Amino acid sequence: MSQPLVLGFETSCDETGIGLVRGQTLLSDALATSMAEHERFGGVVPEIASRAHLEAMVPTVHRSLADAGVTLRDVDAIAVTAGPGLTGALLVGVAAAKAYALALDVPLYGVNHLAAHVAVDELEHGRLAEPAIALLVSGGHSSLLLVPDLAQDVQELGRTIDDAAGEAFDKVARVLDLPFPGGPPIDRAAREGDPRAIAFPRGLTGPRDATYDFSFSGLKTAVARWVEGRQRAGEPVSVADVSASFQEAVVDVLTAKAVRACRDHGVDHLVIGGGVAANSRLRALAQERCDAAGIVLRTPSPRLCTDNGAMVAALGSRLVEAGVPAAPIDLGADSSMPIDLISR
Amino acid sequence: MLVLALDTATPTLVVGLAEVTSTRVEGALLLPAQRTVEVLAERALPSGNRHAELLTPAIREVLAEGGVEMRQVDSFVVGLGPGPFTGLRVGVVTAAALGDAIGTTVYGVCSLDAVGDGARSVVTDARRKEVHWATYGADGERLTGPGVDRPEDAPVTDPVVGDVRFTERLGREVIAAEVTTAGLLRAAVPLFDRPPAPLEPLYLRRPDAVPSVTRKPVSQ
Ligand SMILES: [Zn+2]
Repeated sequence: MSQPLVLGFETSCDETGIGLVRGQTLLSDALATSMAEHERFGGVVPEIASRAHLEAMVPTVHRSLADAGVTLRDVDAIAVTAGPGLTGALLVGVAAAKAYALALDVPLYGVNHLAAHVAVDELEHGRLAEPAIALLVSGGHSSLLLVPDLAQDVQELGRTIDDAAGEAFDKVARVLDLPFPGGPPIDRAAREGDPRAIAFPRGLTGPRDATYDFSFSGLKTAVARWVEGRQRAGEPVSVADVSASFQEAVVDVLTAKAVRACRDHGVDHLVIGGGVAANSRLRALAQERCDAAGIVLRTPSPRLCTDNGAMVAALGSRLVEAGVPAAPIDLGADSSMPIDLISR
Repeated sequence: MLVLALDTATPTLVVGLAEVTSTRVEGALLLPAQRTVEVLAERALPSGNRHAELLTPAIREVLAEGGVEMRQVDSFVVGLGPGPFTGLRVGVVTAAALGDAIGTTVYGVCSLDAVGDGARSVVTDARRKEVHWATYGADGERLTGPGVDRPEDAPVTDPVVGDVRFTERLGREVIAAEVTTAGLLRAAVPLFDRPPAPLEPLYLRRPDAVPSVTRKPVSQ
């Protein structure tokens, strides 16, 4: 085999993801999640996530190897999420990846989680046309990136100045008594609702606002106020209409800014990744607007949009191919790793 | 046999390589006393909260100093704490991954058992103004603990070894002592005749159930 086999470790939040990639071919993607343990807290509890990562680590590595039909001795390089994410959670993956790399005597790459969300699309849709614009939206991040070279040059155009898009979904779901995480239930409820029923605010879309930054905190508050107002007045609240109108406000801003970024930078390829990229309305509206603007839209299948090990292996594979130097032996975790640092 | 031992349960990162020789009488049960331990190389680094950064370089140095390749290691020993969780996990997951990669055994020991020698009590810093403690009999067997308590409530008896900063609050002298490679081996040698138990850190405290600001990605 000419192309290197890369083993990827992802532990930045509550998913222990171990994936194997050869070149740009996805071989396996094993996942263990502690999500159920966080549900009653309405958010991820870092210490619970870290304990679960440790417990799941070796078994998940072996599930990934077995699924791919390879052994540890076949591995040519290892990649691990070095940041951004929860420090304690990241450190379990970083320490494990360093130990495997040391014992197997293979190079180690400490990669940026956000860039990995972009790289995963190559496993399904082939080599990314560069430069591309990437919109990454999840419970932990909402960023708009310019990607001239995924292995060596990624620039941040904008990001959320308060809540991540996914956080807004979680909080609105709580207001509507829908389960955590809030994305899927709001997506489902919205299908029965009218997206124009309530005019919720579109954050940072004024002429003097930052062109590519996002804000979802005001929207979340507006939804809560609207619902509470109705309840106080003894009027019925249509969960479907609130869900549809809220969701429309989020995806309207996300897609408008992403398409604007493509136009402004003369880029005709847009990649959408992260957990919120699984939202059906976001995918539909992005497709509609990209078609109208002559932009090629690429979205990984929902399974690969959420955090996983294959995305880390996919980016690792690009780094190996590009001849980027491997990580120093004193690699640590960087909870706020900036996006222009693709690997360390 | 060659043993690589490591511990990240305290602010001092410990990595050591030891040769364990047995004077086994054919067919007879092997007593720990019939095993001799020789520490070939050791690092004890005041690492604070940089265990993840410094552990791999320390392992490499210790192996190089002992003239040993990783794949020659016959068994790994790791301190399971108690200790601050994030640093503790770095050591435990490292040992688990090394053992898995080499295809050999990993034995977990209580880190307090590896502090000092001949003490009746051990105390280490559990943060939040509490101590991790354990007590030992004259033969070195652990009698009680490991536990986590306010120093005033820790049932320790003299001589106490470990973190000297607790002398005042314990109301008795604490003789300075830290985790050592010899201590890790002393605790592990009696375990070597059996298959290793699963590596579970001695957390002693439940997780603080405060959700982080970073939320779960919105999707399945
Ligand atoms: Zn993510």
